[in-house]
Amino acid sequence: MMTVQDYPSRLSDPASRKLGTFSYLPEMTKDQIRKQVEWIVQNGWNPGIEHIEPKFAKSNYWYMWKLPMFGETDVDAILAELDDCHDANPGHHVRLLGYNNFTQSQGANMVVYRGTAV
Amino acid sequence: MNQPLRKTYDAGVKEYRATYWEPDYPVKETDILACFKVIPQDGVSREEAAAAVAAESSTGTWTTVWTDLLTDLDYYKGRAYRIEDVPGSDDAFYAFIAYPMDLFEEGSVVNVFTSIVGNVFGFKAVRSLRLEDVRFPIWFVMSCFGPPHGIQVERDKMDKYGRPLLGCTIKPKLGLSAKNYGRAVYEVLRGGLDFSKDDENVNSQPFMRWRDRFLFCQEAIEKAEAETGERKGHYLNVTAPTVEEMFKRAEFAKEIGTPIIMSDYLTIGWAAHNSLSKWCRDNGLLLHVHRAMHAVMDRNPNHGINFRVLAKLLRLLGGDHLHSGTVVGKLEGDREATLGWIDLLRDRHVKEDRARGIFFDQDWGGMPGVFPVASGGIHVWHMPALVAIFGNDSVLQFGGGTLGHPWGNAAGAAANRVALEACVQARNEGRELEKEGKDILTEAARHSPELKAAMETWKEIKFEFDTVDKLDVQHR
Repeated sequence: MMTVQDYPSRLSDPASRKLGTFSYLPEMTKDQIRKQVEWIVQNGWNPGIEHIEPKFAKSNYWYMWKLPMFGETDVDAILAELDDCHDANPGHHVRLLGYNNFTQSQGANMVVYRGTAV
Repeated sequence: MNQPLRKTYDAGVKEYRATYWEPDYPVKETDILACFKVIPQDGVSREEAAAAVAAESSTGTWTTVWTDLLTDLDYYKGRAYRIEDVPGSDDAFYAFIAYPMDLFEEGSVVNVFTSIVGNVFGFKAVRSLRLEDVRFPIWFVMSCFGPPHGIQVERDKMDKYGRPLLGCTIKPKLGLSAKNYGRAVYEVLRGGLDFSKDDENVNSQPFMRWRDRFLFCQEAIEKAEAETGERKGHYLNVTAPTVEEMFKRAEFAKEIGTPIIMSDYLTIGWAAHNSLSKWCRDNGLLLHVHRAMHAVMDRNPNHGINFRVLAKLLRLLGGDHLHSGTVVGKLEGDREATLGWIDLLRDRHVKEDRARGIFFDQDWGGMPGVFPVASGGIHVWHMPALVAIFGNDSVLQFGGGTLGHPWGNAAGAAANRVALEACVQARNEGRELEKEGKDILTEAARHSPELKAAMETWKEIKFEFDTVDKLDVQHR
């Protein structure tokens, strides 16, 4: 018989806070991030980057990193912006968006650099 | 000078086809079009049966009456304009009927269906009758209210993007106390689901009155939100014996700040549902819609109303979610037909596609889309197929597949969330979910003991009964 295992989520444990899509998976490797950027480009979505101090993560409005990269299809350029945002904002959550202007929504939205949980 | 055509009163019974069969009729953009599957009584010709359906669902009655002559019946009548064979059947045929716009009250789904699926379904000249599809012209679509919020607004309100949403119906269906019920809700939400759901028959029974349930569930939502940092909801069922009672419950749900309520649009009635949907838009609550009783109407392939019609009319009446079948779970559902009506729920323009059972082009204009909900007998092993079939704009609901986890609800929820995210990630990477599903889940389970346990619990379960309501295709 299988031993029952406890589910360790706690109000008092900042590591229990989740961050939307893919936050139940291990943090993505560089290669995995690249593939998600390629997915956004393939779909014709406009890439965007946002970041926030972890304690304010619940807000709808994170800080926008520059402007959404309208029409950008160079995967390396998008990855470089993600790194620049991450370097300029140590400890922040950094998320990658794919704006779909036809649905007025976001086709993709994922945190690619997880900040320091508080 | 041309004289207007003089008609004279000629009492008695006439053949329907003389008035209501018009194979040369040029269909108008403004007409409401319907496709019926008809099996006539022996000795009744197809044209006569089709004309009879057109007559009885519009202006006609069984005998000529003198007051027919006081109006322009040629303008107001419905017409059968096309007849087609049903593939795979010798008895049945499709009758296409056009109804002029003046026959219907603007914005009234109730009025349209009182007409076209009214008396005619008990009519003796036909052995059986099934409404397969209806084309709603754009003037009618835009006179209806539509979803209170729609897919895009719900994503923004709930802050969930780039993946299907995850839900769970709380079980056992009946008998839990409000506090124990709230416990089950809290556990699935903290484990990673976006929503949990009242079962359709959870209303306000002696073992759990609605007000107690609402309060305990709301506490569960708020605690799970604080713990996970994500937005959560529980579909509080406001289905009630009277409309006044339904709105009393809805008002209370709003007062306690809950994000979403639910109703059962067929059992509460379409007028009541339409009112509730309007209330939801005015008050900012999302509306989840269950479809209890649908199989009474849509399961028999020869008689009743196809679910694609019930789905279209719900989009017109308004709802943000609608149960649409799973294709892969315990409940009835042909794959191609299901793909057809989930497009009809979500897309702006849907083309005629007989391979998906869609008989007419349908333009939805500016009307928002509805999330299709896949629910019933599904578990983690179904996840790759569900993500492939339903895509991002869907709600996948695992009841037993969450609560039946050997370590409990939170672990069951986490297992489903991990499986979902692994499938979405793999799909985005260009992998084929339905071929590589096992590998994708197995890889994901390496860092999720909850998923590993779920995969061990459910691997043997399959539901492989044949579908009763199949699309009409040559299969002999």
